[in-house]
Order: sequence, then structure tokens, then C-alpha cells
Amino acid sequence: MPHIDVEMKALQDKLLEMWDLVEYQLAGGREALLNQDVVLAEKIMKLGRKVNRYDIKIDRQCENFIALFNPLAVDLRQVLASLKINNNLERIGDTAEGISRIVTKLKEPIPQELLDATRTSEMYEKALFMFSSTRKVFLSSNTAEARLILKQDKLLNKIYRQSDKVLAKYLREHPEQIEVGLHLYNLIKKLERVGDQTTNIAEEIIFYRDAKVVRHRVKKKKKGS
Amino acid sequence: MSKKNYKLQARDLNAYYGNFHALKGINIGMEEKAVTAFIGPSGCGKSTFLRTFNRMNDFIDGFRTEGDILLDGKDIYDKNIRVDELRKEVGMVFQKPNPFPKSIFENVVYGLKIQGIKNKAVLEETAEKSLRQAALWEEVKDNLNKSALALSGGQQQRLCIARALAISPSVLLMDEPASALDPISSAKIEELIYELKHEYTIVIVTHNMQQAGRVSDYTAFFYIGELVEFSKTRTLFTSPSDTRTQNYITGRFG
Repeated sequence: MPHIDVEMKALQDKLLEMWDLVEYQLAGGREALLNQDVVLAEKIMKLGRKVNRYDIKIDRQCENFIALFNPLAVDLRQVLASLKINNNLERIGDTAEGISRIVTKLKEPIPQELLDATRTSEMYEKALFMFSSTRKVFLSSNTAEARLILKQDKLLNKIYRQSDKVLAKYLREHPEQIEVGLHLYNLIKKLERVGDQTTNIAEEIIFYRDAKVVRHRVKKKKKGS
Repeated sequence: MSKKNYKLQARDLNAYYGNFHALKGINIGMEEKAVTAFIGPSGCGKSTFLRTFNRMNDFIDGFRTEGDILLDGKDIYDKNIRVDELRKEVGMVFQKPNPFPKSIFENVVYGLKIQGIKNKAVLEETAEKSLRQAALWEEVKDNLNKSALALSGGQQQRLCIARALAISPSVLLMDEPASALDPISSAKIEELIYELKHEYTIVIVTHNMQQAGRVSDYTAFFYIGELVEFSKTRTLFTSPSDTRTQNYITGRFG
């Protein structure tokens, strides 16, 4: 394997290790939330420090790679994408930490009825699925699948947009649950962010594999529709 | 190829060294006052192609071309073209600095003297202007009578550029002009190219990808006598369209 490929692989491996850590944080956050498991939530929060170390390490690896190998074309795009993927992974890790922090603040589990009404569990599962799909796409370089991930984000946005009304209605009927309601709204917002950040990662994969920029694309409405 | 007015153009150009087919059906148009870089592995034909623009290959036994090479729309292989006139228009700088064993001043005005210009004031004025353009004037202005061979490699190369500029060409061909120089001298030549493109059309052959990236507006990638890809430099170095180009610029050839 050419030297440049060895170094690129080392960078990719480091990124995948970080990916696993963040996936553990995100999936663990779901477990902690559903089971009101404060011990697990605290463990996930502690893992944040490890993720931060990965963040710094990967940034440094990218910097060295650019300085020493003067990458061009696909190599250049891959190292630029790695920088941004790293950044997004770190932020998803932060968000997962935030979700766990909410769990530690809850005095009792969120009522199932409320989780169902706001579609929070469905949202969490979708966010997790999108996240693990980007990892697969990163390895397979299948950009057609990456584009599918972009579409899935719509569901998260939709659930988020409807959540305030659903929550308000529920809280009017159960004013004693106001604190839980605020925590839950915060959590839904965080899941919506996970969707956005996961989408960013999928976009970076499309950028480096296909040399196409798909960020900030607004669909033009067809005339007459 | 569009009907745009190119400074330099090749149309269906084929070139042969005897039976060896060195350039295969090249079509390219180079814009005025822009820098075009030719890249490609050794033996790909880029230097041969560069030398067709001032007919330097004419000296080589068995060399022949088919197709057209146009300078300002005129075929330079036309039998009415005088090669010495052509070379006044199309200057050249080589890989190794090749000053004449004469003084700095004599080197710069050599071409003018050959043309019969003897007026001292004209010669001095041209020498200063050319040396300034080549960013060498400040370093040599007090030693114009010193031997050119006493200059450093980087200074010698800038002297060769001044010598090429003295005869007021409109095109400057450069065959790896900085490959024999240290990074500082190399950077000076690159800065110079950046300045000179305001007045000249420049074509540069280089093996240094980063250099091609820094100095050129357009880049052409040659491989085994073919022009594989020609596009804006920033496009070619970030998202080349041909796999061969990508493999070459990322060092994964073969």
C-alpha cells in the first residue's frame, strides 16, 4: 500500500474508533432514558472526555497529513471531509452527553403516554439508525445510500416541529408535569440536532467521494404546483 | 474547439520523432495573459509540445508535425513564417540556467545586439527594464559588468528570464524553470511568473504539482502523447474528471 494510503487509513481508523464511541454514547443515552438509568447516564457523560481527546488527535492527524503529503483531488477532499466529520462526531457526542444529563435531572421516568404522544422513541430510533447508517456508508463509500440518509432527516424535523403543540396540549392537561415537559422538549431539540449533524456527515461523504457539494441545497418548487 | 481568440492554439496536432508518435491528436487553446501549466510523467510529450510553439524541435533529425499550431491565429509552421521572427515573439527559459559566459549586461542585451540595435541608451534602458521585470535589478544594478557566471543559480535563472524578456516577446515558454533551484529561488521565480502574466502569455512545464497549482490558471495533463485533461487549475487539482489525472496528481500511478 502506498505510504499516503497507509496514513489515510490510519486517519480513517481513528475516525471509526471515535464513531464507535459516539454511537455508544448515543445508544446508551436511549437506554438510560427509557430505563431511567442514572448510573449509565453518568458513565456516558464521563466518556465525553475521551471523545474530546479523539477530536484533538484527529484534528492533529489531518493537519499533519496536509502538511506532509500535500494531498490533492480525492485525497484532499477526504482529509477536508475528515476534519468536518470529526467536528460533527464530537458535537453529536456532546449532544448525547446532554441527553444523559437530562436523564440525571429527571426525578422519575418520562410517562410512556407522553413519549408516545410526542413520538420521542420513534425519533430517537430514527436518529440512531441514521447515525449508524452513516458509519456504514463511510466504509462502503456508497453515496447513493448517503443520499437516502439525507432524506430521512425530514422525519426528525417533522416530529420536532409538531412536538411543541403536542407538549403544550399535554401540559395543559397535566400541569404538574411541567418540569418533565421542559426536559422532554429539550431532549427532542437535541435529537433534531443529531439528525442535522448526521446529515452533515453524510454530505461530507458525498463531497469527498463524488466531488459534489450537496450542502444548503434548497429544492426549487415546480411552477404551478 | 470554440471560435474564441486564443493566443496559442493546437489543432489536431500530431508529432513524430521518426517512427515514434510523440504527440497524438492534440487540441488545445490557451488564453492570452494567462499561465498554463503542462504536467505529466517524463516522456509524456509535454516538453515536445512546449517546444513546438517556437519550433525548437526543428533542429531534431526526423522530427515532423501534422496539424496546426497557431500563434494569434496564424500557423507558425507556415512556410512564409520566419523562425527568427517567431522566436522574438515566443521566448523560452530552460530548466538549467544557461547564461552566456559574458557580463550580466551583455547577457540581457544579447538578443537586441543580434537584431542590430547598437544605440547605447536603448540597450541600457532595455537592460534595466528587463532586469526589473525579472526582479533582479536591485541585486545586480551595481555590478552589471560582472560575469553572469558569478551569480547564484537562482539569480542566473532570473537573468535568463530577463534575457528572454529583453526582446519583447508576447509569449514565454518555461521548461521546468525552477526545478534546479532551492525553495527560496524557486519561490522568487513563481512570484515572477505571477507578476509577468499581466503582460505575457506563459506556458510552463513542471513536475512540481504544488508549483503548477500555485502559478497557473489552467493545467493540461499529458500522458503517453495524449492530452488527457485540460481545465482550470483549481478544478483539475480538486476534482479531476479523468481517473488517469487523479492517479497521477495523487501519486498513485501504475
